[in-house]
Amino acid sequence: MNASRLTPVLSLAGLLALWVVAAMLTADAQILPSPWQLGAPFAQELASGELLHHLGATLVRVIWAFALAMTLGTVLGIVMGRSAATNAWLDPWLVVFLNLPALVLIVLCYLWIGLTEAAAITAVTLNKVPNVAVVIREGARALDPELDAMARIYRMGWMARMRHVIFPQLAPFVAAAARSGVAVIWKIVLVVEFLGRSSGIGFQIHLYFQLFDVAMVLVYAFSFITVMLLVEWLVLQPLERRARRWRSA
Amino acid sequence: MAQRMITVDITSKRFGETPVLGPLSFTIAPGETLALVGPSGIGKSTLLRILAGIDPAFEGTVTRPEALAFVFQEPTLLPWRTVLQNLLLPHPDLSVDAAQSALAGVGLTGKDTLFPGQLSLGQQRRLSLARAFAAAPELLIMDEPFVSLDPETAQSMFQLTERLIAQHRPATLFVTHDMREADRLADRVLTLQVSDRGAVLG
Repeated sequence: MNASRLTPVLSLAGLLALWVVAAMLTADAQILPSPWQLGAPFAQELASGELLHHLGATLVRVIWAFALAMTLGTVLGIVMGRSAATNAWLDPWLVVFLNLPALVLIVLCYLWIGLTEAAAITAVTLNKVPNVAVVIREGARALDPELDAMARIYRMGWMARMRHVIFPQLAPFVAAAARSGVAVIWKIVLVVEFLGRSSGIGFQIHLYFQLFDVAMVLVYAFSFITVMLLVEWLVLQPLERRARRWRSA
Repeated sequence: MAQRMITVDITSKRFGETPVLGPLSFTIAPGETLALVGPSGIGKSTLLRILAGIDPAFEGTVTRPEALAFVFQEPTLLPWRTVLQNLLLPHPDLSVDAAQSALAGVGLTGKDTLFPGQLSLGQQRRLSLARAFAAAPELLIMDEPFVSLDPETAQSMFQLTERLIAQHRPATLFVTHDMREADRLADRVLTLQVSDRGAVLG
């Protein structure tokens, strides 16, 4: 292992050391438990099945909102990037939605749709669609007009053109949108759960917030961070490597 | 398959207020090869794009066959698809065997699984030539196919193009700056020249 690969490990170890020192100085497990004091509550939540139940509920919401936001945002971004007229009409909307606080959208969705799963996923999706659309729009504006001409001359079908000409050019932009998308979405999902759901990590954090149980709040937060790191390493990064294969060949 | 005359009859082509092409008309007979010459920036590429149907914003009429091929100045390949896929994707009806022999015809035997980035510029140009001829076009349009190559590669590209044209006999229009190229490859030479209504044929 060389120095550059060791650096993030050392950096994380430093953060852990900082936590231990802070916990020692606080000297109150009620306010800041030390890392090893999380072991027992973690084991207890895992054994009771509570942890997996709530992790699963949050993960399902993240997947739904992510899929919807990426799909809608990509379509919107391509259309806006390719058509100046559509862009002129939709751009002001985009600016409004980009600047609408997540909390406002969440509260309005709950008020208008009700305290339902559909409202929760709609709220998260609407929060993320504008960001995806803005990133993909840049990609659509950078599409190579010569490749477009080539595809038209050889009368490539619509599907073939999307799959083999347009999408590979958009791939780096889709990857960027997906990367930042996952991070933003799961944070908003927690807020949505905190405010109006009866399952999920956000709901559990709400519960233990009211009980002033810092250890449990940390157990649930770290569990989900771990899940998202696994998604990043096992799903996102391999997909990205596959899409970039032609560059390194 | 009865091949028809290709006719171009342009009244005017403008970019905004600026006239680019004035009134001009010409025909290309099946199997005939035409060279298009003229000073840089006069509108030769614009004329090619109108003929190819990728620039529909002009006044006039063009009749062209369905089966046409365009060789761009740049190879214009899909860098994220293999050499073989670069032939098959624009020509879904082409069999793998036919594609392989098209590759062999331009000296790219054994390169089918490489990506275009792994080929030299000369090889990329030859692949784009193979792509153009793969579906037996009735009309072949080439925009300066031999520029920005070293003399040796340009010479071998020229001979390859000459051979493929003789083999397939498409109606051909190509842009060149080199009168020797024009004389050797073309049956006729069209010259674009400046007029106050845009470029016209001289």
